[in-house]
Amino acid sequence: MSQDFRLDNVGMVNREKKISFKFNGKKYFGFEGDTIASALIANGVHLVGRSFKYHRPRGFFGVGVDEPYAILQLDRNNERDPNIRATEQEIFEGLEVKSVNCWPSVNFDIGAINNFLKMFFPAGFYYKTFMWPPSFWYKIYEPFIRMAAGFGEASIKHDKERYEHKYEYCDLLITGSGPSGLASAYAAAKNGARVILAEDKPRFGGSLLTSDVNIGNQTGVEWTEKIIAELKSMPNVTVKNRSQVFGYYDHNMLVMSERISDHLPKTQKYLPKQRLWYIRANEVLISSGSIERPLVFGNNDTPGVMLSSAAKEYMKVYGVLVGKKPLIFTNNDSGYETAIEFKKNGVNPIILDTRSNPSSDIITEAKNLNIEIRFSYVVVAAKGYKKVKSADIAKISDDKKELFNIENIECDCICVSGFWTPSIHLASQSGNKSKFNEKIDAFVPDKSKQKENTIGSANGIFTLEETIKDAFDKGFDVSNKITEKNNKVSVPTVVEKKSTDHDKFWCVPLPKGKSYKRFLDFQNDVAVSDIELALREGFRSIEHVKRYTTLGMATDQGKTSNLNGLQLVSDIENKVVPQVGHTTFRPPYTPVSIGAIVGREVGKHSKPTRKSPMHSWHEKNNAVFVDAGVWLRPRYYKQGNEGLFEASKREAKNVRQNVGVCDVTTLGKIDVKGPDAAEFLNRVYTNAWLKLPVGKARYGVMLREDGIVMDDGTTTRISENHYHMTTTTAQAANVLSHLEYYLQLVWPELNVNVVSTTEQWAGAAIAGPNSRKLLMKLFPNLDVSNEGLPFMGYKEADLFGVPTKIYRISFSGELAYEINVESDNGYFMWKKIMEVGQEFQIQPYGTEALSTLRIEMGHVAGSELDGRTIPYDASLEGLVSKKKDFIGKRSLNRSAFTSTDREKLVGVVPIDKTTSIPEGSYIVKDPKAKLPNPKLGHVSASCWSVEYDNPFSLAIIKDGKNMIGQKLFAMSPLKNKIIPVEIVSSHYVDPEGKRVRS
Amino acid sequence: MLYINCPHCGLRSQNEFAYGGDATVKRPELNKEISDQEWDNFVYLRKSPRGKHLELWHHISGCRQWIKVERDTSTHEIFKTYKANEAIE
Repeated sequence: MSQDFRLDNVGMVNREKKISFKFNGKKYFGFEGDTIASALIANGVHLVGRSFKYHRPRGFFGVGVDEPYAILQLDRNNERDPNIRATEQEIFEGLEVKSVNCWPSVNFDIGAINNFLKMFFPAGFYYKTFMWPPSFWYKIYEPFIRMAAGFGEASIKHDKERYEHKYEYCDLLITGSGPSGLASAYAAAKNGARVILAEDKPRFGGSLLTSDVNIGNQTGVEWTEKIIAELKSMPNVTVKNRSQVFGYYDHNMLVMSERISDHLPKTQKYLPKQRLWYIRANEVLISSGSIERPLVFGNNDTPGVMLSSAAKEYMKVYGVLVGKKPLIFTNNDSGYETAIEFKKNGVNPIILDTRSNPSSDIITEAKNLNIEIRFSYVVVAAKGYKKVKSADIAKISDDKKELFNIENIECDCICVSGFWTPSIHLASQSGNKSKFNEKIDAFVPDKSKQKENTIGSANGIFTLEETIKDAFDKGFDVSNKITEKNNKVSVPTVVEKKSTDHDKFWCVPLPKGKSYKRFLDFQNDVAVSDIELALREGFRSIEHVKRYTTLGMATDQGKTSNLNGLQLVSDIENKVVPQVGHTTFRPPYTPVSIGAIVGREVGKHSKPTRKSPMHSWHEKNNAVFVDAGVWLRPRYYKQGNEGLFEASKREAKNVRQNVGVCDVTTLGKIDVKGPDAAEFLNRVYTNAWLKLPVGKARYGVMLREDGIVMDDGTTTRISENHYHMTTTTAQAANVLSHLEYYLQLVWPELNVNVVSTTEQWAGAAIAGPNSRKLLMKLFPNLDVSNEGLPFMGYKEADLFGVPTKIYRISFSGELAYEINVESDNGYFMWKKIMEVGQEFQIQPYGTEALSTLRIEMGHVAGSELDGRTIPYDASLEGLVSKKKDFIGKRSLNRSAFTSTDREKLVGVVPIDKTTSIPEGSYIVKDPKAKLPNPKLGHVSASCWSVEYDNPFSLAIIKDGKNMIGQKLFAMSPLKNKIIPVEIVSSHYVDPEGKRVRS
Repeated sequence: MLYINCPHCGLRSQNEFAYGGDATVKRPELNKEISDQEWDNFVYLRKSPRGKHLELWHHISGCRQWIKVERDTSTHEIFKTYKANEAIE
């Protein structure tokens, strides 16, 4: 298709490079530097989508981030990207986009029937319609709404693109490269400040690209190019295009999304698709500019109705005409600039000016160019369904209430200008309370809250001369606070056309007998009548009106609709706009890809993976791994066709019969050193620690101040003032913070240091009746007899030349030892154990067998010490000293904690000795009792006892100590199981603990 | 994201720290007889002031020191930071 609406020799696109792309399956051509919007308009395409609620035809309304209509879905490199603004996305060879919110096609959309049923879709439609009956919600209403709503479909595939995060610091961040941004960046950079200048568009310059001005004897475009070139050459300046600063957070932290590859057919090697910048700036200058406001009239959402500034930018930047019979509808001088631009390109516009008799340089220029101007004229309604074909226009009375001489004139686009709204989003996010500026009928930033200043039109300054001067001053002032270099550059002279005041009129009344929809919010189909209805129904706060009508919600966040909405509310309420106030501006300013927010923290990079030094051995020996916190631990070692159940049973059985070895490197280890270490441990643990001799280990339990068990583990006295503490894998980090808290804040007088040594030691637990025999072979020179190395003993030894620490401690309940060597020797140690252990039938065992062994021994672990249990509940009350004070002791006296029928640890065996009890099951007396069935407690851990070859579980149940021998039921509504059980002692195997001491 | 001036390390981003709650709470001395009410006050009861608040932060991904931070809970302004053992002005 030919580019019928492309101008010759105008614009900044690269005409040397023709690019083909597909829109809704049809091939079009554009040029390098076009956006989808400019390329489609060049081809005369204006119908690109359907509106959210009524499915009315949608075209292009703006030319940048404010675009409410042209939201498309992009397919790029086998990835699907919904919510692409056609006005921002640059075209590349092979790009494919399609319309959203329409079916079967944008041209013929069945959903458009909503448009004819619009009397049934008033404000608050959802709240009113989908209320009753409640049971309809999940099956009927929600699926219906989900099908009908939404712009585009997100991909359900894994996103293979790479997104990066970057942290940056600077003296001054400037958000926007329009005249104020450029001037302040230049002044600050010349004064030695580290500057980041961010521009969301591909081209720098903002309004300088389209306005007919002169700075320092250069055109706006020339001056922009000169300044940008100079800034780029300076080492203290970072200049970024396609980069949107979208959020202003606490302590001058701003976040910017940089679109690095979105404009390319494929992400380049070594580059991410997008990069999210976290920028901590000493000072911020917000130069985000302003967005033109629409004027409101009948059917003002018809494709072809667009902002006049957008029409101008399509001409000047892209060399594209938005129409060949333009109607310009304006209440200020900006519309004239667009009209003059049309005229210069050989198109005859008609200007309708709501003002009765304005005069200014630019109006005179328009008159001199013989442009038809009608004062006190308005557009009553646009005509045409999928594109503007004509307009009903009328003369309006001086009080703006009466319409006369309604006539229809032919036109193919209506360019509207309702004056300008400063983009105060970032300033508002920083905490700046805005103030209303009567002169421009808009909010501007008030006093700075953080270290931020707003400059240029974002601050309501609409003349270039004032903007440039103010920006040079601010750039110097804020940079000088930091650099103190006093290096001031001179301000260039500025030539621009003077303009006159705008008209406060913005909403055209309905002619008698007509009920045109007059839209305020184009993306969400919020019309004047919806706001009127909301107010009639009693909504007063603007925040409530917003949520009830959805005004200013959705992806454009009301960039074009907010102020008109406020004006309407204040008109109806007979208030002034500042009394109504505005809704809160929240980040992000523009939609941000989820991928960019997540960055590299995807899949296995979402958290660190810790591996023990023996990991590669486990891998080679068919270990199946399980996540234990951030650690990867072998769950079991697969042999043949074994599953988890068979393998773990075999491994656990081998521990009970021969000897097994388990990688216990992941256990938390903390070195506790200092003359007061014993006293400190005595305060941290519930049991007594002052008399533990050197070379001995002790099991300890620590509480939180509220009496709940925090962690357990063994601590060994290595030497007089040196202890080696172990914690559970999961609690290692918390315990260290806990110890540091008490040492630094509560008892700073104690002379003790703690440091994590988890990663410094590799550990192997050797457990089973053969473990001593194995130890004798591993350490032939060491006395490992029961007298030489008794239960809870500690020895240092030499493992084939490697220094080793041996702790005789046991989690499995068997005769067992834990052997530690420095991490670098872990693999060597493991190999030696396996090698030497062969003759004793050694087998490695994983966490599943480890659990089986501890459960049938009645040893508690994380599933019992679950943040709800006190020592008594876990049958650890024997470890609670009555003589000394310790962390959390006072809490144990609280009446609930001393009650005699507290839940307590017991063992549970199914009566049929075959049915496994699901973990989490309730223990109840009567399985048929009326719901809610009173529960006695819950099953905390289950295993298949290898000692007795039947299922066994631990449970924590009410009055547990008196329940032994009772026949009850384990109920699992989730698994739909009711299992008759018998309550037994939690010490199911070796209740006297003979084995560990053997 | 807050920017916290660790008295040991200098200005660091909030994500290096863990929050530790009210810094004015004093643990009752060991072995001292106290009422249930006093103990409950220490363990459970915290003021949640709007405005200035002296709070604990733990520089877990830095020097591992607990520090005290005087912060405005509504504006997030940080007035001053102290070492654990420093006197509060």
